[in-house]
Amino acid sequence: MSEPLAEREIRAVVNGQQVRARVPVRKSLVDWLREDRGLTGSHVGCEHGVCGACSVVLDGAVVRGCLTLAVQADGARVETIEGATESGRLAALQEAFYRRAALQCGFCTPGMLLAAAELLERNPAPSRSEIRHALSGNFCRCTGYHAIVDAVEAASRRS
Amino acid sequence: MKAPAFRYARPESLDEACALLAAHGSDSRVLAGGQSLMPMLNLRLAAPAVLVDINRIPGLERIVEHDDRIEVGALARHAEVLRSEAVRRGAPLLAAALPHVAHPAVRNRGTHGGSLALADPAAELPACALALGATLVLRGAGGERRVPAQAFFRGLYETALAPGELVSRIEYPRAAPGWRYGFEEVARRHGDFALAGLAAAARFDDGALREARLACFGIADRPILLRAAGLEEALAALDAVEVAGTDVYPESYRRRLMRVLLERVLARLEKA
Repeated sequence: MSEPLAEREIRAVVNGQQVRARVPVRKSLVDWLREDRGLTGSHVGCEHGVCGACSVVLDGAVVRGCLTLAVQADGARVETIEGATESGRLAALQEAFYRRAALQCGFCTPGMLLAAAELLERNPAPSRSEIRHALSGNFCRCTGYHAIVDAVEAASRRS
Repeated sequence: MKAPAFRYARPESLDEACALLAAHGSDSRVLAGGQSLMPMLNLRLAAPAVLVDINRIPGLERIVEHDDRIEVGALARHAEVLRSEAVRRGAPLLAAALPHVAHPAVRNRGTHGGSLALADPAAELPACALALGATLVLRGAGGERRVPAQAFFRGLYETALAPGELVSRIEYPRAAPGWRYGFEEVARRHGDFALAGLAAAARFDDGALREARLACFGIADRPILLRAAGLEEALAALDAVEVAGTDVYPESYRRRLMRVLLERVLARLEKA
């Protein structure tokens, strides 16, 4: 039987790079990415899973970075907004967000982009209602939702 | 808003998980998807000494289709269950309910067994388990035992799980001919916890309703199963239920919502 520990060594692939680190087990994935890896594009908002600003991609699925522990990324592939941007897979969405002014303060934008990209991957031509449902777990406190839905629609195959 | 200090173990088998839970007793908690437990830790509403992370136990996420039942592993993520063809065929009520469970990123991580084990009174899956007459398979250091959903949910966040036990899988009887399923809830925002909701399974014969299993949730300390052969009977059964209210959503309002949902869903099933 394994002994419960307060710190553990993890190996993960972060934005394509093999990483080895020792992490306190209570540290959230988003805190570890921001504080220890310098990847500050994922934002820390509500810290209880409501706002979606901390979204990161864990083994191909968008998850809450504040509700996942860094130690749980052991053996996993992690992609942040930085990696997703560099890969170019968000380019069309980012261009549409820019053109439609779908960001104001920008705090929610990384989470919005990752959630929208996951939607378009599974459903390349979503209705506006499907877009709204897909983004329902991401808060924009500037309340610029219409422009965000416009931008996702513009980047979809529907337009 | 950071989790309090705890120690963390990541067992690689159910036996090891049960041994850890037995060794650390009530100071330990099972960490599955973490979509409810982690907020509770971050908000300091819970402070277990040991977290037993079951995410790496092989096979615990499997969804298996049998002739007479669909088995959903405790670790099956909501998103996977929602995408499962076997679930759509054999337990369509789950497929109807799951889009109402939280939001996509939470569904990517949250687990089937976790939602049932937590037993939030406003959650969708406990009501589905009740309406479908599911069986929960529990695993502890002493072995396995099977508990019907009806006996599993005992109160506010209270279940039949004994200390040291965890949910390992859930068995849903396969949808049978003549049965129709309906799901609807009222929430302030799509994906939020329901103010009132209904998971319904009903048997029709020659177009007439013969029996209905109506699991009402969000209105009491646990999901409530009403059994009725028609709307009048269902509404009378609801009258006998003690509905919980708050200042914002008083008992009378929730009862009214529940009546409307019963009327709506039964009418829809009749036309289906």
